[in-house]
Amino acid sequence: MTHRTGVIEPPSLDSPIAGAATNAAGRRLLRGRSATSLSRASGLGLGVALMWFSLLVLIPLTAVLVQASEGGWSAYWDSLRSPQTFAALRLTVGQAILVTVVNIFMGTTIAWVLVRDHFPGKQVLEVVIDIPLALPTIVAGLVLLSLYGPSSPLGVNWANTPVSVFLAFLFVTLPFIVRTVQPVLLEIEPEVEEAAASLGASQFTIFSRVILPSLAPAIASGAALSFCRAISEYGSLVLLSGNLPYSTEVASVRILSYIEGDKLTEAAALASILLIVALIVIVILDVISRRVARYA
Amino acid sequence: MREAAGSQTATRWVLRVLVVGYLFLLVIWPVVLVAQETFAHGLAPVIDALRQPEVIFAFQLTLSAAFWAVVINTIFGVGISLLLVRYTFPGRRTLNALVDLPLAVSPIVVGLSLVLVYSGRTGWLGGSLEQAGLQIIYAPPGIILATAFVSMPLVIREVMPVLQEIGTEQEQAARSLGASALQTFARITLPAIRWALLYGVVLSLARSLGEFGAVKIVSGGVAMRTQTATLLVEERYQQFGVENSIIAYTAAFILALIAVVALVVVSSFQPQKGRR
Repeated sequence: MTHRTGVIEPPSLDSPIAGAATNAAGRRLLRGRSATSLSRASGLGLGVALMWFSLLVLIPLTAVLVQASEGGWSAYWDSLRSPQTFAALRLTVGQAILVTVVNIFMGTTIAWVLVRDHFPGKQVLEVVIDIPLALPTIVAGLVLLSLYGPSSPLGVNWANTPVSVFLAFLFVTLPFIVRTVQPVLLEIEPEVEEAAASLGASQFTIFSRVILPSLAPAIASGAALSFCRAISEYGSLVLLSGNLPYSTEVASVRILSYIEGDKLTEAAALASILLIVALIVIVILDVISRRVARYA
Repeated sequence: MREAAGSQTATRWVLRVLVVGYLFLLVIWPVVLVAQETFAHGLAPVIDALRQPEVIFAFQLTLSAAFWAVVINTIFGVGISLLLVRYTFPGRRTLNALVDLPLAVSPIVVGLSLVLVYSGRTGWLGGSLEQAGLQIIYAPPGIILATAFVSMPLVIREVMPVLQEIGTEQEQAARSLGASALQTFARITLPAIRWALLYGVVLSLARSLGEFGAVKIVSGGVAMRTQTATLLVEERYQQFGVENSIIAYTAAFILALIAVVALVVVSSFQPQKGRR
């Protein structure tokens, strides 16, 4: 018999690093259920699958790390110390942090409204939430340009400014926290909140002491997804941000210009830094969510 | 009591307006504006744009690359999900963690990694493959590889939980009654996972049609040779002239339309999946 674990489903579209965020879930899934050892046919299948996976993913990603370490530590360090690269990294990480903070508030609020509130047109909002994930990134850039670019009906022009980077990150990361928090919120019975209210708890107390602790792990994994998606974003910025060095150039664009200049070692070094930053953030958010959950 | 209820209603309204306003400004209004911009000069220029050979070629290339990527991902995804769920072998946990890796990597890094291995000039394997007559980078096989890379985990992530949930009892019963492995798969396993599989396929198709960054690096984006629809949008938008801009908007509109239709189709599967 299989047994169901009460694990949070990650958002289903193209969420980055969902692997890391749901590792624990995966591990739990793999334990304690009937599985047989390989027969000859399934062994052959595994061989073919592993070969394809290696050719497509593992060997290429290893090549990035090998290329990054080509010139040893000093070359690695030098390629990252270029002021332009440093500015790009600072912009990318800074805006990604800012966007993640906004998403933590807005994402949780949107999830709460979608679960607890009822009004006509709510179904439409459900589809709207997923649009940023389904839309090709180049189209996402064009879409944002139409409201926040030179011919904006709002009279603003944020194209080619750092604000455009913020907007693009905000757009592409919209669904992550909403989609991780929503299923958890669905499981919390409204009766729990009503009980707390009838015992005299204020709305703020109910939220911070009753709802927030149970949402913390979901918010943290959604925040990790949204941060990692933001630091690796490229497509939506192409038309929107102008890619101006020291102003709106993000890390991915920097990697691309290294590739186009045939500086593959520098490109690989910066790519490896992005991966490391993503890992660090995942670990930090995991620690924070455990603290909050324990505080309850 | 009544006061508390009143303030609750007020909070409810504030949050509702906040959420609707936020989504309107971030998603709804901008998307509507793009649709308006596409049809700003009427329907005729849009139809003209769709008749351009470059546009037809770009969409054909995008569709065929996406088709092959989805076929590969479906076969690989179902196979690897069955192996991960139904069998034990050394390194299974590591493999389970690694299959999600493509979602964690920036499209630009995906492109870089494929160039490092498959570039004919400097790649680890590219040189020998090119001598054998197979060019990958700056050619359609590279586009298929990049597309398959970025959308690889989508089928697996949908199919694995369902395989987990249905268990092995029916499959074992079928096997003990003398069904072959293939019969068991076709009659028992496949019908059980069909909705999850379809959902995964639609997601992968949407993702494949819209891939931009990775494809840009591996394809070179030469018009009429390796330029996909998303690359066409970029090139035409950056060129001067109303005609180019109409082509960019038209291609973008079609891509957005496909994405939204895929979304609606996918959300109509949700009840059958019994999720959320």
